[in-house]
Parts: sequence; C-alpha cells; structure tokens
Amino acid sequence: MNRYPLWKNLLVLVVVLVGIVYAAPNLFGDTPALQISATRGASLEPEILTRVEQLLKERGLDYQSVRLEDQRLLVRLRQAETQLKAQDALREELGSDYSIALHLAPATPSWLRTIGGLPMNLGLDLRGGVHFLMEVDMEAAVQQAEERYVEDLRSLLRENRLRYLSIGRLSAGGVEIKFRNTEQRDQAETLIHDEYFDLLLQPVEEGGSPRLEITLSEEEKREIQRLALQQNITTLRNRINELGVAEPTIQQQGRNRIVVQLPGVQDTARAKEILGATATLEFRLVDVTHDVQRAVEGRVPAGSRLYHERGGAPILLKKRVILTGDHIIDAASGIDQQSGSPAVFVTLDGQGARLFSKVTGENIGKPMAVVFIETKTETRVEEGEPVKVHRRVPEVINVATIRDQLSKRFQITGLDSTEEARNLALLLRAGALAAPIDIVEERTVGPSLGQDNIEKGFQSVVIGFALVLVFMAIYYRVFGLIADLALTVNLVLLVSLLSLLQATLTLPGIAGIVLTVGMAVDANVLIFQRIREELRNGNSPQASIEAGYANALSTIADANITTLIAAIVLFGFGTGPIKGFAVTLSLGILTSMFTAIVGTRAVINLIYGGRRKVKLAI
Amino acid sequence: MKLFKKSFRIDFMGKRRLALIFSGALFLTSLGSLIFQGLNFGIDFTGGTVLEVGYEQPIELSEVRQDLGGAGFDGAIVQHFGTTRDVLIRLAPGAERNSAELSNEVLATLQANGDNSVTMRRVEFVGPKVGEELTEQGGLAMLYALIGILIYVSLRFEYRLAIGSVVALVHDVLIVLGIFSLLQFEFDLTVLAALLAVIGYSLNDTIVVSDRIRENFRKIRKGTAVQVVNTSLNQTLSRTVMTSLTTLLVLFALFIFGGEAIHSFSMALIMGVLVGTYSSIYIASPTALALGISKGDLMPPPAPPKEGAKLDERP
Repeated sequence: MNRYPLWKNLLVLVVVLVGIVYAAPNLFGDTPALQISATRGASLEPEILTRVEQLLKERGLDYQSVRLEDQRLLVRLRQAETQLKAQDALREELGSDYSIALHLAPATPSWLRTIGGLPMNLGLDLRGGVHFLMEVDMEAAVQQAEERYVEDLRSLLRENRLRYLSIGRLSAGGVEIKFRNTEQRDQAETLIHDEYFDLLLQPVEEGGSPRLEITLSEEEKREIQRLALQQNITTLRNRINELGVAEPTIQQQGRNRIVVQLPGVQDTARAKEILGATATLEFRLVDVTHDVQRAVEGRVPAGSRLYHERGGAPILLKKRVILTGDHIIDAASGIDQQSGSPAVFVTLDGQGARLFSKVTGENIGKPMAVVFIETKTETRVEEGEPVKVHRRVPEVINVATIRDQLSKRFQITGLDSTEEARNLALLLRAGALAAPIDIVEERTVGPSLGQDNIEKGFQSVVIGFALVLVFMAIYYRVFGLIADLALTVNLVLLVSLLSLLQATLTLPGIAGIVLTVGMAVDANVLIFQRIREELRNGNSPQASIEAGYANALSTIADANITTLIAAIVLFGFGTGPIKGFAVTLSLGILTSMFTAIVGTRAVINLIYGGRRKVKLAI
Repeated sequence: MKLFKKSFRIDFMGKRRLALIFSGALFLTSLGSLIFQGLNFGIDFTGGTVLEVGYEQPIELSEVRQDLGGAGFDGAIVQHFGTTRDVLIRLAPGAERNSAELSNEVLATLQANGDNSVTMRRVEFVGPKVGEELTEQGGLAMLYALIGILIYVSLRFEYRLAIGSVVALVHDVLIVLGIFSLLQFEFDLTVLAALLAVIGYSLNDTIVVSDRIRENFRKIRKGTAVQVVNTSLNQTLSRTVMTSLTTLLVLFALFIFGGEAIHSFSMALIMGVLVGTYSSIYIASPTALALGISKGDLMPPPAPPKEGAKLDERP
C-alpha cells in the first residue's frame, strides 16, 4: 500500500543526483583569465600553447592552466593582479595577430567540465556590460550599390568609346545616362544589356536629350541588402575581436537589425565609436593641370572633384579612384622613421597591389592624396518627423609625391595623433561597414550595479525562500518538511536546468525563480489540503494519501498547463529580459510539477507507505 | 497547525451583487484613469535615454540640473534613485542630437563639473521606433496569451467557466494597470513581464476553483448551482489563502530586499496576487453563474456500454 515500485524511486534519486551535479558548477565562482583568439587569418596552433606557457614561466607569472577551448586559448591565472601584466607580456610576444581579452572564466573543476557542467550564464544586468541594438540602413546599402554602378557604367562606356553627355544617380533611385542622340543611346543600351543582364533598362524620350534610366530589380535589391547585413556582421565581429572583448555576442535580429552584447566593457564611448564608424580610405591622384581657385568659384573641371585638406585648404583630385580601402588586408599603427610622426603601415591584397604599383609606376613624381571618408549620421526634423541623414564626409589626410613605384606595402602619414593612427589602423584592418548603422537601443550596466543586482536578487530569493520553508513546516508539520525538501530540490533542479541549457539569467529571470518558488508551494498545498479533507471525512490515512494525490493531480495539471501556455507565449513574443523571465518560469513549472507530485510522493511513501497503523502529521 | 475551522460555510455568492458593484466601480475607475490619464510609460516603450549615475558624496539635485541646463540638456528630469548619492536622469527622445552619443555627452558634462566624482552605473537608450514595436509586441503577447488560455480552458472545462476565468483575467490585468495609471507608477518592460505573470497566477487560482466546481457538480446531487459554487469556494478557501500568503511572502521579500531595479516588478505582482485571489472568488464563478451554468453542463458524457452488455442481451 502506497509504495512506489523500485524504478520510480530510482528515477527520483537519479534525477535529484543529476540535478545536484549540474547545479554544482555555480558554487565555484570565477577565476581571472585571459582569452586569446586569432584575428584575421591567423590560426590557433598548438605551438601557441607552448609558447604562451613558456613566456608565462619566463616572466614568473603564476598561472593555473593554459588550454585550447573552442577556437580560443584560455589562460587561467591565480590572482587578479597578474592579469594585466600577463596581458601586456603576451601582447608583446604574440603581436597583432591575436587579440587578448581580460576574462573571468568559471572555476568549475575539470571533471565537471568534461561532463558538460557549466555555471549559469549571467545576463548583462547581472555582470555589467553593454547591449547594443543596431539598425542597418538598408536604403543606404542600395544607394551605395547604385553609386558603384555609376562608376562601372562610366568606365564601361569609356572603354567602348561610346559618347554620353552625363551619368549620375537619380535622387528617387536608379541611374540615369543622358545622350546626344538616340542612336548612341541604343548602342549603349545593347552594350549595357550584354554586360549587366540583370539591370532593368528603360529608354526615355521626353524633355531634352534622350536618356536611359537604369534600375535594379527588386530581387537584386533584396540580395544587396542581405549581403550588406552579412558583411556588417562580419565587420562588427572583426572590430570587436580587435577591441579584445571576451565572449561577445553578435547576432542578426529580424531583417535589418544586429544585436551586439559586450560583457564587462567599461569604455562605452570608445566601443560605440569603433563599432559605428564607417570610415574607409581612397587613394586618388591630384589634378595638377587645373586651377584650384577657379574650382572653388564653382568651375570644377570634368573628371575632377573638389576636396578639402585637414586645415581646410581646397584641393582638386581626379574623380577616378586608384584604390579603395577594400583592398587593404592589414594595417598597423606606428611611427614614421623619417619624420617621427604617427603613421599607419598598410598592406594590400594581390589585386590591390597590382593596381597600385601600375598606377604609381606611371605617375612617379606626381602627387597622390589619401582621402579619409567618414559617414556621419545626423538626425534632422523634417515635417515634424525625425529623419536620419547619412552624410559622407571626405577629408584629405595626406598628400605625398610618388617617389617610387609603390606596391604591396606602404605607409600613410599626416595623422594628428598616435591615437588617431591606432583607430584608423583598427578600422582598416576590420574592414568597412557595407552600410551605415544606427544604434537604436543601448543598455549599459556598470559592473558595480551588476554586482549589486545579483547580490540583492540572490538575497531576496534566499529570504523569501526561507520564509516559505518556515511557514510550510509550521503549517503542515512533517508533510510541511517534506514539501520543504521538495521545494529545495526544485530550486536545485531549476538551477541545473538553467546551467545545462545555458539560458541567460537576468534580473527578471531571478524574479521568475522567486515566482516559481511561490507557485511551487501551490501544488503541495493543493495535495495536502485534499489529504486533510479526506482525513476529515473519516478515511484511513493510507487511503487519504492515495485519494489526496489522485484528486489534486488534475487540478495541478490544469493550473500549470495554463500558466505554461502564458509562459510560452511570453517566450515567443518577448525580447531580452521578458524572454529570460519566460524561460525560468516555464522551466520552474516543469520542475515544480515533478518535485511536488512525484518527489513528495516518493518520500511520503518511504515514510508512511506499507504501514497499517499510522497517524499522519499533517 | 490549522489556521481555519474545520470547514467553512461562508455565503460567498450571497454577496455577489455587492462584489459586482465593488468590482464595477474599480473597473470603471481603472478604465477611466487609463483613458484620461494613461500610463506613465518608461523609456522601454516611449524611447529616450535614462542614465543612472553614482556620486561619491551626496549631491543636490539642483546642482545636477544646473550642470545639465548649462550644457543644453533642458528637458532633463533629474531625481534621486534609492539614495542621495544615486541620481537618475531622464531625457526625452529628441531629434536634435544623435541619441546614442547623448549618454557620453551627459556623462562628460557631469564629470567636467565639480570635484564630486561621478561614475556611470547604468545607461539605457531606446529609439522611438523600437519602443513602438515593443508596445505592439507586448499588446499582442497579452492577446495571444488570453486566446490560448481561453481555448485550453474551453476544451478542458466548459465554455462558461472559460469565459468566467477570462473575465477574471481581464478584470485583474485592467485593475493592476489602473492602479499603475492612477498612481502614475512607471510602466516598463519588467512591469509588463509581471503583468503576464499576474495572468498566470490569476488563472492558476481560477482554475483550482473551477476544477472544484466541476467536480462538485458531478458529485453533489442535491442543491442549486449557487449552493454548489458556494460549497466549492469554501472547500478551496484554505488552499487559496495559503497559496496567496506564501506567494506574497516571497514577493514582499523581493519588494523589500530586491533593490530598486525590481521594485515596480514586485509591486505589480503583489497587486496582481491580491486582486487575483479576490477575482477567483468573486468574478470567475459569478460570471459562470450569470451565464447560466448548470449541473447538466458538467456531467461526464454517458459511459460507453459495457463490454459484456451485448452478450447479456442475447436470448
């Protein structure tokens, strides 16, 4: 009577033990560590491991372990004080091919780690850090593509010696070419159609000269936007790598948004600057044949464009770009040996090097300019609505006479400070953003506040939990103690599930745990009230236990399933913190049903089951 | 220990008209406040910037305002947050400056002034569009949750009880919203989460009662529908009180010790548990009664004829 078969008791025991094992990693805390990851191209070879170990030994830096863990090298240190020293030493040794980030690695013993035991993942509100939601300007991506087509079509027509009056982007979208007569236009149309078969061509007659309107198909626009988003994610990942942030998150959200989370980052100003910067470089020849002064007055010669130098002096540059930042594969900041001023040392890819050496070879003795282009975002109010406007701000940072044929490696000078050189090198290395991004949401939590939140959250869970335990024990006596045991196991199981699933625990998540504790009591209360009722009706203790559980079961199931429905809907529609809340709530419902129904029954059966004469302490 | 007498005989349903007037008044007040005063939406929904800064020494708010005003942040709302050393600064979404840069500028302004050193504790910036989407999503989430629950309860119980529980839900959510609107407490993302938890809790309570009503309709042969509902409410009363009490214990711990960050969250939940407990007694069941629920509605479908029955009929 009232006995569980052996397998059921074993099941409860196994679940509890597994729960304890996987909840255990949360007890160990963190150790200071360094995370070494390879940036562009470089790979983490096992040799690096020995190199790092050797260096740390040489410098007498006390370390705990050096280990290769999924695409990164983790150096665990014994003290927080050695963290910075070790970082400096390793940076010197490994150079710029590796990024070395300060990190707090879980101090879980290795045997636990080998069976997949990890502590809970703490959200940014609990450990400090920045969360950015960035929106990619999709219009701009298409505009840029159209601008590229303008250049491509211009050179296509020129190469084929087809004459045209003008070519340019239409403000409403698309590209327009004007011709002197329809014959030339028709020739151009056939030519363009053959070369770029996916462009939509539309000849227009009315008003002045015959024109050809060229638009991108919807399909291509979508493809351009998709690629822009992809490239932006890659670029952001590179930049964050360069910043040296441990465990960043970079994810696409929706069609045009990117979520970036940087745990532990303090300098948000710099992070924002680096992530959002859309800087790139262009190399152009200086137009020395025309007069700058006349250009300033508004008579810019065809084939040239007016630029300004750092100090504001105007300068005429050729429209044709020799080289863009896309061809740069490496850039490092340093000091120019001759002038002692800050410089950026640039390395080009094969195609870029060929192009560059050809042009510089042909133009020895002539001046060449380096144009730094930054896209700035401004918000203007137009007709009562704030409108984001992107403005390309070109600035000539350096003009130098070509002395030799330049090729793969060269340097850029003319920078204001070493800081600027460093930032420029970083941006060039990490690549340009394919389309400008706006930060549409930012949440920064300082580490002290994070610490505060976790302490208070933890404290309130403990206090609330203790109050409930005491209350239950007083009210239901032995059965109350059994319920207390079930509640504790419930908490352990919940923590182990959260750790196993590596769900992110946030502040609302803690609140969700607290709520499940409160609600888990309900299942026990329902059962115990039923047992009391049965006893009151004069049933035997054993029958009362049996009937109490049986009667309460459908109620518990209905109540929990409906709450589960609410939690799942929350998970589906919620973002960030609400999702966290939904995860803990739904997992909590599952664990509490198990512990309240199966767990308590097992214990009650062990205590009371099989005895004929018992008095229930309830 | 037993807090309660052996069994209760409280005539809950006899006072249901009184309760109806009370709930009606609460409901209308909430609705009125929501319509005329609206909710004090936090930046999660409206967009804008919130900064929490910590000073080393206590700071006068007027000082902070002056510093900010001097730098051109005129519309800033400045208030103490918890202690006199913590200050919360709220900036409305504006188009004049690039909002993401705003927080840097504010911090720079505060750091430039005075010798009382400032540290940034928290920055939240939400673009207006993001907030709009969130409001939409939140509303949709509520709606879908309600529909899902309605379907489940209709299938498991009976449509009159389902409508009763959903009326109770709407009642609870609206009253909690009404209190937030009346007192102009800030309504942010965590409060929305709490509100959804209130739905879960209120439902939990109502289902337990409905379950008993269903059971008793099948068991008790004599008595009117009102009497059966009354009996069911009395039978579940000690459970209702016990569960609400333990949940409130935890929530009060959260409210008192959980820190500023989850204050409004726990407050919304406390209100929700109180209102939810009341509504499971006085809203859900009277609604089902008003809809004319009767014994016949909840009788189990006639049992299929026994296996042997056919054989017995044989001559």
